[in-house]
Amino acid sequence: MSRLFLGLQGALLALALTAGVSAAAPPLLPSVATVHIKDFKYHPPALTVHVGDRVTFVNDDDEAHTVTATDKSFDSEGLDTAGTWQHVFTKPGTYNYFCELHPYMKATIVVLPAAPAQ
Amino acid sequence: MRRDDFLKHVAWTGTGIAWSLSSGGLFNAQRALAAGSGISFVQISDSHIGFSHPENPDVAGTFAQTIDAINAMPVQPTFVVHTGDVTHLSKPAQFDTAKQILGTLKAPLVVLPGEHDVIGTPGAFFAAFGKGNATKGWSSWDQGGVHFLSLVNVFNFEIDGKLGPEQLDFVEKDLAAQKSSTPIVVFAHVPLYALFPPWGWTTEDGSRVLAALRRFNAVTVLNGHIHQIVQHTDGNIRFATAASTAYPQPAPGTAAKPGPLQVPQSRLKSVLGYRSVEIARNTATIADHSLQT
Repeated sequence: MSRLFLGLQGALLALALTAGVSAAAPPLLPSVATVHIKDFKYHPPALTVHVGDRVTFVNDDDEAHTVTATDKSFDSEGLDTAGTWQHVFTKPGTYNYFCELHPYMKATIVVLPAAPAQ
Repeated sequence: MRRDDFLKHVAWTGTGIAWSLSSGGLFNAQRALAAGSGISFVQISDSHIGFSHPENPDVAGTFAQTIDAINAMPVQPTFVVHTGDVTHLSKPAQFDTAKQILGTLKAPLVVLPGEHDVIGTPGAFFAAFGKGNATKGWSSWDQGGVHFLSLVNVFNFEIDGKLGPEQLDFVEKDLAAQKSSTPIVVFAHVPLYALFPPWGWTTEDGSRVLAALRRFNAVTVLNGHIHQIVQHTDGNIRFATAASTAYPQPAPGTAAKPGPLQVPQSRLKSVLGYRSVEIARNTATIADHSLQT
């Protein structure tokens, strides 16, 4: 499912690039949190979510960045200025991630077991 | 007119006269070349095809202008080396555009990857430019009496600016087989010395390469990555980073962060360009040419 979603997103991005339009953001689904990339930093640098949560990443910088897990479990690949990417976390754990283009940019997301039904 | 503007102007209009940054002088080198020893080549870098922001809305245009200028050189270089960041985001369409523009070059082409060319995997880069005889991406060869090394310091997953033990072993064995009198030229994308580590402008394990280069009479190390001309000499080793064909970046430490630097559109082409290099009689002559007409 997430692979299909990424594939679609990649196709949309490729279409936008081919058309010479600045990469139009793909339709965003509701997410529990947004991480902004600004001044070569992830904001917030540490985030806690639950299994099943969708997180949105937005590149607010002039430079391209990536959101890449050190365990390779997720990877936005290249995010241009104003580019967005979403990921659904399906397994609990602590995920360290970084920017492949500027590896000194580092941040963490802690994924807790699914929140109990209210 | 400021002197450096004048020099750049001369460099552009007089294709036979270059803005020489060396103390040796271009004309000595040209005489030696005419006598049949030595070699001339051109370095281009950081074309970032796919970048489309106010710092340069037409990177394909400035890249094509660079290639046209090289094709107009009265004496064609033996080869042209692109020292990486051909594309901005490693997208197949960006490699296609870059290949189309590079395909108009008259001279043979050597391409090294930069970190922007291998986002995710190096697959798209190798699909575009092949590996040649370099199964791992790095290689060496002899041409015109010079020993060339083409290195890759953008393959490490979590560190930008790292060669890795396998490549270091290759370099040490390769150089051990060369005579100290042979001129050595090294290409890499990220600077091999600590140019400005806070911005990642360094190669973590580059010192082992530099140690292996110490015994040679004349060593020239050429790289890109930082989108500006910086020359540095360390003993027998001369380092020179090249300008981009796409957009400049701030001088080390002069801004809060690296990244595209906005300059007035009227000045943009004065900070973009290509570099010609002549190696003759142990003299490396480096001439940087801007795109300003």
